[in-house]
Amino acid sequence: MTYEPVIGLEVHVQLKTRTKVFCGCSTEFGNEPNTQVCPVCLGFPGALPVLNRLALEYSIKVGLALNCTVQEFTKFDRKHYYYPDLPKNFQISQYDLPISKNGYLEIQINGVSRRIKICRAHLEEDAGKLIHEENHSLVDLNRTGQPLLEIVTEPDIFSPEEAYEYLVNLKSIIQYLEVSDCDMEKGTLRCDANISVRPKGSSGLGTKSEIKNLNSFKAVRDALEYEIERHSETLNAGEKIIQETRLWDDKKSQTVSMRSKEEAKDYRYFPEPDLPPFIISKENLSEIKNTIPELPKEKKSRFIQVYGLSEYDAGILVMSKQNADYAEERLKIYPEKDKKPVANWIIGPLTATASNLKCEVSELQIIPEDFVALIDLVEKKQVISNLTGKTVLEKMAKTGKSPDLIIREENLAQNSDEKSLEKEVDAVIQENPKVVADVKIGKNNSLMFLVGQVMKRTKGKANPKIVQEILKRRFA
Amino acid sequence: MELYRLTAHELLDKLSKKEISPLDLISSVRERIKNNDGLVNAYVRLVDRPAEFKLPPQKNGALCGIPISIKDNICTESLNTECCSKILTGFKPPYDATVIKKLKEAGAVILDTKTNMDEFAFGSSTENSCFGPTHNPWNLDCVPGGSSGGSAAAVASDEAIMALGSDTGGSIRQPAAFCGVVGLKPTYGRVSRYGLIAFASSLDQIGTFTKDIPDCCLLMNVISGHDPMDATSIDVPVPNYIKSLGKNIKGLTIGIPQEYFIEGLNSQVKSIVEEAIAELKKLGAAVKEVSLPHTEYAVPVYYILGTAEASSNLSRFDGVQYGYRANSSNLVQMYKKTRGEGFGQEAKRRILLGTFALSHGYYDAYYLRALKVRTLIKNDFDAVFKDCDCIITPTAPTEAFRIGEKTEDPLQMYLSDIYTISVNLAGIPAISIPCGFTKAKLPVGLQIMAKPFGEETLFQVAHAYERSTQWHKLKPKLQ
Repeated sequence: MTYEPVIGLEVHVQLKTRTKVFCGCSTEFGNEPNTQVCPVCLGFPGALPVLNRLALEYSIKVGLALNCTVQEFTKFDRKHYYYPDLPKNFQISQYDLPISKNGYLEIQINGVSRRIKICRAHLEEDAGKLIHEENHSLVDLNRTGQPLLEIVTEPDIFSPEEAYEYLVNLKSIIQYLEVSDCDMEKGTLRCDANISVRPKGSSGLGTKSEIKNLNSFKAVRDALEYEIERHSETLNAGEKIIQETRLWDDKKSQTVSMRSKEEAKDYRYFPEPDLPPFIISKENLSEIKNTIPELPKEKKSRFIQVYGLSEYDAGILVMSKQNADYAEERLKIYPEKDKKPVANWIIGPLTATASNLKCEVSELQIIPEDFVALIDLVEKKQVISNLTGKTVLEKMAKTGKSPDLIIREENLAQNSDEKSLEKEVDAVIQENPKVVADVKIGKNNSLMFLVGQVMKRTKGKANPKIVQEILKRRFA
Repeated sequence: MELYRLTAHELLDKLSKKEISPLDLISSVRERIKNNDGLVNAYVRLVDRPAEFKLPPQKNGALCGIPISIKDNICTESLNTECCSKILTGFKPPYDATVIKKLKEAGAVILDTKTNMDEFAFGSSTENSCFGPTHNPWNLDCVPGGSSGGSAAAVASDEAIMALGSDTGGSIRQPAAFCGVVGLKPTYGRVSRYGLIAFASSLDQIGTFTKDIPDCCLLMNVISGHDPMDATSIDVPVPNYIKSLGKNIKGLTIGIPQEYFIEGLNSQVKSIVEEAIAELKKLGAAVKEVSLPHTEYAVPVYYILGTAEASSNLSRFDGVQYGYRANSSNLVQMYKKTRGEGFGQEAKRRILLGTFALSHGYYDAYYLRALKVRTLIKNDFDAVFKDCDCIITPTAPTEAFRIGEKTEDPLQMYLSDIYTISVNLAGIPAISIPCGFTKAKLPVGLQIMAKPFGEETLFQVAHAYERSTQWHKLKPKLQ
């Protein structure tokens, strides 16, 4: 029998507030263990939590951006379990009145849009970190009390690809809101996946497994693929799926059983008596709404409409807000009507240059005016070839000099003088009789080889278009 | 001169006139404790300290030079704070509770030994302390009440000038009544709970023990106010409570709830309270009978909500970071043994009750229902305060009982808070003041309740009564 998967994702996003969610300790990453702690986050007797307003605001922002209903009345609850990474042995979380409920996120797969239903987004405090060593474990409580937003989807995802797209888009939206770095390596975005399978075309839900230790979006996709296969094989062999938590092993590309969840835990939730409930007024809500920037989806359609970019190019440019802003600054000042070259140059050569220099595109020291000037020199004025253009771009990035200056200093301007180019072409024809014979029987590749030879002779300065024209005339 | 016998306002007068020095005063109190506490056991971890003494830096503070005794569940920096529980053995908080900070800023001298209490404030007799029971100064065979029995007995026996306690269901007012001193539980949110080791967060409130009403006002002036460190403290301006003193009570209306004068109320206590009410009438107050119809549910509601919150609040005591840790080979064993050995019987009983009340499948029937009834109880008070300035009742249904009398019967023990619990559930302020003695020469307390932030009314009525009677001036002869 063939099966189809039903997937739900729980994403934990660490909010980028300067201080922790219930105390004034710093949230900075990577410091000495147990140096960012105080009586409150250590859960010392008598210490009390006080909510970080910004964490609440950030949570509301995400809720709004995910099309959720932000509740007027919200409260915190205590979730109890014993573990050394949780100093109070309860976590302040939200149970029945999360900040946001019933939203969705739109994804596109192969040009088809679908809304993934989001069931809730609630704010809670992070636990500490345990470092397990040979015969003991170490506790680092720097992370304890950092604000976490848990975003939970309905079991409304039906393929690993959808799960992947959901995550990519969620990350993009949250980064647009500038409320989290969403860096899986640093643990500022964490994802657990619930998956079950059912006979294709049926409704209802099978027994699920929960997958943890997913370190990248790719790992999520791979682990889900693996689980679909495992579930299907198990069922086809006439066996039952056990409800359990499984860990993804990235190296072995498989999941392994961590613990069975047959006896459901009783967390004994009850309202946190140390924090009064919060009323989010309509005014507060609209104030926060006003701080939400244009989100990737809207930006993408605007880029297509206003700058005439393709779906594909616009999609790439808007993935991160930083890059989108970077691109728009340049699209705006590019003097030509057709803005596509700007997109091409950013997605292509500029991204390559940044990656060569191991930095972000936005960190390159190329001012917008120089960048569009370069594109103009290549595309319209044809002062230099595409290839030379890339070299000039690299030099601009390294030196901060303008393209004009680099071209002048290094004498890189293209030779478009027909007469001198004819001489070069003729020389190449003489040197390559065999290739010339191939060209004559219609081998186009061979013609391009000859163009290349001319470029080589002229150290890349020949205008390749003119060279090609001359060659074509010669063999006409 | 026996300085320890005086009130804070009398001492402040002498200090400001330079008739005495802060050192004289602290030495006098220390000497009194040393000579007396063998009988009373109001203090725990008593050590003989050298007489050296550093004057507090503030020279003009409202309580400059006045020694204050602190219940063992209020955090004092670097000074043991153990809630009289084995599980917090050796715990020295790295910080001061907000009230301690405020007291220090006012120039008060925090006594370096804390007052005895029922473990984690679980009890009404101060018998559930890992340091042994406190004795009632009026009769050493009797309990001082609880859970703040140490603070109450210390003030009653002149081993303290004034003291702080905490009140979750009567833990200040009932011992104040049993020991014949003034005990105030302020409005919930009036005094910061930051640094008070929580029993039941939604009910706990820090309050005062003093020898008279002016001292109570003095102390409340210092410790009240909004605290950004306590989200449940309320930002209402603090009046100068001294200004409530000396006012007459003509035209005030006092409500007498019929539900408090029922079977179970000791007849001597009843007639003493009725005499006090008659006295207030004489002073010009109008008295009317009122009804608080949901009173009978207060005790069960309290024991569900209180134990539920306690079971959660006490889950942090696990031997990992501080306090007592049992030897064991693995983590789960450590948790179990530490808590098994570290908590006393009453603490275990309440943790189990509370855990049960919060458990899956029982939550709605117990916790949620109790929350709803709590609202009904609060509504009762709101209704009465529409026509009354205050409500007057006995503080406790009986005089102080004998040590050991109720330890085997927790239900009987729980009922000794029957008149004080509703106040915590409703979050309103209430005070207990001495209003007479039973035939056994044990004090009786009069409880006055007011609407939220109505402390001034309490002081106005209590001070009017205090001025026309002498009960607060009587002292026990320790024997």
